[in-house]
Amino acid sequence: MNHGLSNLFRHRVLIQSLVMRELKARYRGSVGGYLWSFLNPLLLLAVYTIVFTTIFQPQRGEAVDPYALYLFCGLLPWTWFAASLTDAGNSLIAGGNLIKKLIFPAEVLPVVAVLANGVHYLLGLPVYLVFWLIFKDDGLSLHLLWLPLVIFTQLILSLGLGLILAALSVHFRDIRDILANVLTLWFFLTPIIYTRDFLQTRADADGAHWVPKVVAAFLDLNPMTHIMDGYHLSIFEGTLINWKRLPVTLVVSFLILMAGYWLFDRLRDSFPEEV
Amino acid sequence: MASERAPYHAGDHAAVRVQSVRKQYRKAAHAHRFLTFKSALLGGDLFKVLAPADVFTALDEVSLEIARGETLGVIGSNGAGKSTLLKIIAGTTKPTAGAVFVDGKVSALIELGAGFHPEISGRENVFINGIMLGLSRQQVTERFDDIVAFAELEDFIDAPVKTYSSGMYMRLGFSIAIHIDPEVLLIDEVLAVGDEAFVHKCLDKLAAFKRRGKTILLVSHSLESVRRLCDRVVWLKNGKVEASGDPPRVIDAYLNWVAHKEEGELAAGSERRTAEVSTGNPGDAPGAPHDAADVANVANVAKGGGDTAATGTDDADPAAGTAGAAPYETGRWGSHQVVIDKVRLLDGAGEQHYVFTCGDPVTLELTLLATEAVNDFAIGIGIFNADGVCCYGTNTDIERFEAGRLEGSATVRVEIPELNLIEGTYYLDLAVHRIDGYPYDYQRGLTRFRTTSPIADTGVARLPHSWSFEGGISWKKTPDAEANAGHDAGHDADHDADHDAG
Repeated sequence: MNHGLSNLFRHRVLIQSLVMRELKARYRGSVGGYLWSFLNPLLLLAVYTIVFTTIFQPQRGEAVDPYALYLFCGLLPWTWFAASLTDAGNSLIAGGNLIKKLIFPAEVLPVVAVLANGVHYLLGLPVYLVFWLIFKDDGLSLHLLWLPLVIFTQLILSLGLGLILAALSVHFRDIRDILANVLTLWFFLTPIIYTRDFLQTRADADGAHWVPKVVAAFLDLNPMTHIMDGYHLSIFEGTLINWKRLPVTLVVSFLILMAGYWLFDRLRDSFPEEV
Repeated sequence: MASERAPYHAGDHAAVRVQSVRKQYRKAAHAHRFLTFKSALLGGDLFKVLAPADVFTALDEVSLEIARGETLGVIGSNGAGKSTLLKIIAGTTKPTAGAVFVDGKVSALIELGAGFHPEISGRENVFINGIMLGLSRQQVTERFDDIVAFAELEDFIDAPVKTYSSGMYMRLGFSIAIHIDPEVLLIDEVLAVGDEAFVHKCLDKLAAFKRRGKTILLVSHSLESVRRLCDRVVWLKNGKVEASGDPPRVIDAYLNWVAHKEEGELAAGSERRTAEVSTGNPGDAPGAPHDAADVANVANVAKGGGDTAATGTDDADPAAGTAGAAPYETGRWGSHQVVIDKVRLLDGAGEQHYVFTCGDPVTLELTLLATEAVNDFAIGIGIFNADGVCCYGTNTDIERFEAGRLEGSATVRVEIPELNLIEGTYYLDLAVHRIDGYPYDYQRGLTRFRTTSPIADTGVARLPHSWSFEGGISWKKTPDAEANAGHDAGHDADHDADHDAG
């Protein structure tokens, strides 16, 4: 595992170049160019704001007001997460030429997929924060400084899952199709459009449906729950992150990354022939 | 990217060592090949052990060494395992069994421009490709101008790569790969890219590489480049080393084998085609060849306006195949009062062959069968190359034979003391027809033969010629000396080749 991480570190220049290439290539040919990295979340935020202030007016309580900002707080990192896993799962197949024709460290590809999407998140974040300052009067809290830790945790988790998906997708192409649906389900099982408390209330209510009960019961086993908590607490609530749950999530994420690298390394030799 | 393979043993002068390498590929895809996931993970093998019937052995116990500074050529027919060997040495593919040791940085020119991103500029691609191939950013910066200059892309380097022509793409790819400055350079057929001038530049670059004591492994179908560049040649046949050693000797042995193989194929093909073609009456004659000839005739008339009498006989006259550029289609037609029963190509010793060396004596032997006696007849032959160009055509009428009588069976021989056709495949038009062109039996392209040549001259035919020099001109080497040496070696080539294998 040490070998694996140092290997990634050794390829940092390559990774950096490829991430830059991804970003450059993505907007090449569009008039807006890099501006789209800001415009996209901006437009999305506008859409959600309109929808949730005029069409829906969900009863979510004071805690999540304004709702569009609450929603967006989790939606932006979730977009990073979901796009990372989708792209990483596809990365070896898409980059087959490199693996087949060059002496190329394959693990670089899923890592680049995760990082390139991470950069998009980081570019969208300032837009969000500006909106935050406009619509919330109380300003940002110093607890925002916890944000890097939350982002780091998500990065580690995404890398681990990305490596696993990349390696397995080569052999089981079905994964790519399943993944889209799994991610949709996962989205709704994670407190992004609702709050933990809201779910808990629904689960505890008299005559509650079994679904919220089950979801609530297993909520803590979902690492994304704690990562989303981190975002909500550090940005939206402006309070201290959960100092027990997040570090545990980080440790779990590292274990997933190690397992992912191990699996990837195990299957590495089969990639050039299978992609 | 520098490869990380087993460490190099001190005191060993091999730059590359391949030890009993075997490589097997699965034939059947995806059918019942998974074990349980758990055992797959624990065993490190996602697939069950394959039955011999399911695998294709691309390389079978191949061992070879390349000394530092040596240029090794690998030749062999398609599917012989050449590219697999290269990929295994490059490290992009792992051998099923055996070991590979490589000393120093490897650069593989397997597919040029693999890894270029079409949307971004040539400049950015040079950097990323250079880094992918193992250079640091600093090194790419230093070599950037050389890379662009070598690729001759100064004016286009800031345009997206997707706007490049395939030649530009290849040139840039080659230029980056060669500027990596590796210890070991692996080249797979990439010299076929670019125009003549660029190929020469590449060859110069490789020669400079050699002079600096670098090791080169060249996989190529161009025996000429192999002969010119390589110090030693390995001939792979069905995944095994068939022969290795001196380039002229191994190449000769390989060419011999190819010639034998081709003879068999050409013989089988000629018989099959002759048998397949229907022998209908003139009215049912396959239309296309007629049409082609007609079109050609019209063209002739239009162009020259001239000799209508001659054009009239063109129709069935192979000598008139100067139609030349007309698409070449094979077929057989005629009234069959006389048929060409048998066609044989004989070498100087009277043995039947389909492959000849340029300059060999050849006899074309036709056996004619007349079902009824005719006294108006001419016999014609035409030799076409693969482009449909008539290399030579004649008939008995043109050569002022006056027809007497043809009945029963007859044998016609055309002796060609020196078949001076350059290397290539040729098709024969053979015909027996009336003087006015009405065909008794016209066979177009049913007989094929091949000529091979040790030298790669171009054109259609080799005109007899010799070089002589006077004054202030001298040569380090003349072909006479080499030809003699090569000839002597050639005789024992098969024997020596077998001896050297392994």
